[in-house]
Amino acid sequence: MNPQSPTVPELNERDVVPATLSATRPFYWSVKRELLEYRSIYLAPLAFAGVILFGFVFVLARLPHTMQTLSSLDPAHQREALAQPYDVSAGLIMAAAFLVSIFYSLDALYGERRDRSILFWKSMPVSDLTTVLAKASIPVVVLPLLSFAITVVTQSIMLLLSSMVLLAGGFSVASLWTQLQLPQVLLMLLYHLVTAHMFWFAPFYAWLLLVSAWARRAPFLWAILPPLAIGIFEKVAFHSSYFFALINNRFSGGSDAVASMMGNFPFHPGMLLTVGAFLLAPGLWLGLVFAAIFLAAAVRLRHYREPN
Amino acid sequence: MTVIEARGLRKAFGSTIALDGVDLRVEEGRILGIIGPNGAGKSTALNAILGLIPYQGELRVLGRNPWTEREQLLRDVCFISDVSILPRWLRVSQAIDYVAGVHPRFDRAKAEAFLAKTSIQRTSKIRQLSKGMVTQLHLALVMAIDARLLVLDEPTLGLDILYRKQFYDSLLNDYFDRSRTIVVTTHQVEDVEHVLTDLMFIHRGRIVLRCSMEEFESRYLELTILADQLPAARALKPMHERQVLGRSILLFSGVPREQLAALGDLRTPSIADVFVAVIGNNAGASQGATL
Repeated sequence: MNPQSPTVPELNERDVVPATLSATRPFYWSVKRELLEYRSIYLAPLAFAGVILFGFVFVLARLPHTMQTLSSLDPAHQREALAQPYDVSAGLIMAAAFLVSIFYSLDALYGERRDRSILFWKSMPVSDLTTVLAKASIPVVVLPLLSFAITVVTQSIMLLLSSMVLLAGGFSVASLWTQLQLPQVLLMLLYHLVTAHMFWFAPFYAWLLLVSAWARRAPFLWAILPPLAIGIFEKVAFHSSYFFALINNRFSGGSDAVASMMGNFPFHPGMLLTVGAFLLAPGLWLGLVFAAIFLAAAVRLRHYREPN
Repeated sequence: MTVIEARGLRKAFGSTIALDGVDLRVEEGRILGIIGPNGAGKSTALNAILGLIPYQGELRVLGRNPWTEREQLLRDVCFISDVSILPRWLRVSQAIDYVAGVHPRFDRAKAEAFLAKTSIQRTSKIRQLSKGMVTQLHLALVMAIDARLLVLDEPTLGLDILYRKQFYDSLLNDYFDRSRTIVVTTHQVEDVEHVLTDLMFIHRGRIVLRCSMEEFESRYLELTILADQLPAARALKPMHERQVLGRSILLFSGVPREQLAALGDLRTPSIADVFVAVIGNNAGASQGATL
């Protein structure tokens, strides 16, 4: 064959100008892929928001009556009477996002092996690390922020509807707006989502992702049984329950700083933002170390697992 | 330039040895067909080349270690696997967007042009497509990637003859050039017969035959004779013998054409015929039995 075939310059050109994408692009598309595959990530919180707005119609019907009796209550109860639907809406949307996080994390690395689409994903130049980090970002970053955004929109609509009802009935909206203190309450919610759902729950989601990368079947059982077995073993062998306390501590809030946040839900604008105490809690950092270990193990498992 | 170089490639799954010391060298611009019975180790070899499984021995693909440099390697390597592995919930347009998003060498216009020739709807979900259409879509995605090595693991399994023919026609006409290399495994040997430049038979994790198609055509001859010529033909040591409609068909390896031409009708055997002879002899020998 002719050594100076026309393909030779083409090859050199390809070597000289390496096609590169910025490092963030595969990550961006990996996150986007998750949103396409698991549409419940945004549909479930949106559905909850829809139900809440529907239910709020009944609150609206009674709103003029509530406003009339408001002045007979003491200030603390005044706020409660008006703010309760808003607190409930924030709580429900957050609960929806939390449930989706659990089910998503358990399926994220298991589902792609079950339907063998992992062979397609792995045929693309996206590393296991990028994939696992993109999947971890869904419960740790995307869902908390998304639930916050949906809450903001839902509560804004609620406030708008309330104001319209009151103005139509000849009431003043001033007391409603001042009592609710919506910006402050939403700021508290954001603080709670960042501290608790992002940082404090990160090891929990990382554990679920690890199980979903490891389990050949029934990841849900594998996520629950080993911690349960360790706890029961400890109870039987040493008559103590440090492990259960540790798990309980993780869910109920842990350090005092976070407990003060989580224990006092629904939020009160007067609550202190104890950022410093939160950052100084050893449990926070220990948990993040565990999250990193779990995720590293999940990356390794995805790399090593036979594709079939 | 060497695209794939393996030395002493080994892989065991528990006590089952899938690859037993495979040495392999594939040069640029070749189309290598890997043929073997089920469980011979074909897919294992391809998975090792693609960096999907760990292995023992030495393996370089485009000068890289596929296990430790999979991400960089996959910018230059594409693959289509046996069963349709495209995620069933994905839409056709989303699949194009995704590959365009993550692959630096993807040419969207090429993929769109190829899809325009099919009846695939852009808004369809992959689960709504027929098996043939899924393969067409996968081919469209892969052909639009300016890769240097394309690995096909039973790409046409379960497709009818029209799709199969179209698949290899597209590959040869719209994709292949001398700067690309293709490695394909298949059971439908007759489909790839006239596509391959190189051939490899693999059996029980070992390579039992490796040659170029030119070598194949000059080495193997099939002789059809009547019964009275049989003793003379058998004296030339055929590697395989079968009877069809009262005639004997004998397969020879490395016997000069002139010597055989006097005995009966000569032709180049199909890959399948040689495969049956080589693997049959191999299986018989290793089991200590005679045919």
